[in-house]
Amino acid sequence: MKILLVDDETELVSTLAERLEIRGIEAEWVSNGEDALKKTETQSYDLAVLDVKMPKIGGFKLKKILHEKYPDMKFIFLTGHGSEDDFKAGTVEAGVAYYLVKPVKIEALIEKIHAALGEHE
Amino acid sequence: MTQQLDIIGETGIQFFGKISASISHEFKNALAIINENAGLLDDFTLMAEKGIPIDPERLRFPAENIAKQIQRANEIVKRMNQFSHSTDKSLKMLELGEMTKFMATISERFAAIRSITLDTKLPETPIMILTHPFLLETLIFLCLDFAMDAVGEKKTIGIITGKTENSVCLRFTGLKRLGEVQTDFPTGREMSLLAYLNAELATETDAGEIILYLPEKISESENT
Repeated sequence: MKILLVDDETELVSTLAERLEIRGIEAEWVSNGEDALKKTETQSYDLAVLDVKMPKIGGFKLKKILHEKYPDMKFIFLTGHGSEDDFKAGTVEAGVAYYLVKPVKIEALIEKIHAALGEHE
Repeated sequence: MTQQLDIIGETGIQFFGKISASISHEFKNALAIINENAGLLDDFTLMAEKGIPIDPERLRFPAENIAKQIQRANEIVKRMNQFSHSTDKSLKMLELGEMTKFMATISERFAAIRSITLDTKLPETPIMILTHPFLLETLIFLCLDFAMDAVGEKKTIGIITGKTENSVCLRFTGLKRLGEVQTDFPTGREMSLLAYLNAELATETDAGEIILYLPEKISESENT
């Protein structure tokens, strides 16, 4: 299993990646959509965790691009949005069933990763 | 007049809501980083308990990150506090350059999402004006919001504070797409605020600028 984390809050995304690695999940991170697109050209990922609000390419748009290029890739959205209902509506519209509101519990993230990949822990 | 005040009230509330949401979003991000780094330290503790050796260097980064984010969160709260207090008085003497800088700071997140840089140039000498602080902030924000739609390829908006013969002015520069942007700016919202603040707005399409002219003092009797 290989995960790509994308969030413009670099201290957050790098720490999340390190905590996943400690738990035996191979995780890499980038801080924007453009770098995510570059990275996916040379590496293969099973799942991407995308922050919704990012400069240039936001999470919803990035998911659409990645999904078109890599139909098997799964997605989880991440947000600091205060109104969970508004955010939930956006994830449904983007065709993604899994999302997390920051601050994230690492166990919750891992649970969603397994669920999105159709695996049982 | 009542209709104009309704528009100003509604615009002001929307502006307050937008800034509050943006600041709280940024605050949540700081908390999320603190949360993850505290979690990482906890992971290292558990690893050490299991006898897995931990390089002390690995402990330094989360500790530094936590300290950095607490500092960031403190700055965010200070900004929120300053912003909230701008509604305290309907008239206040303030320094325009400082207010402009503050507005650029609290608008930074909106600009960053659109990959735009805000470049504030402060006046050489302080420019004091007597005005309605919150409504001026609202008007500056609306001008900035429009400027972000009209910014040129360099994606940098200059915000320059200066003086003219009879007034003070704020220039929003770098708006090379002013002629292309389909808009009715200034709309009723901006017009109502301009009238209330005795201000004027000029659009210089060729120069790629909008200029906000403000009086050095607005009449206390008219607008309070």
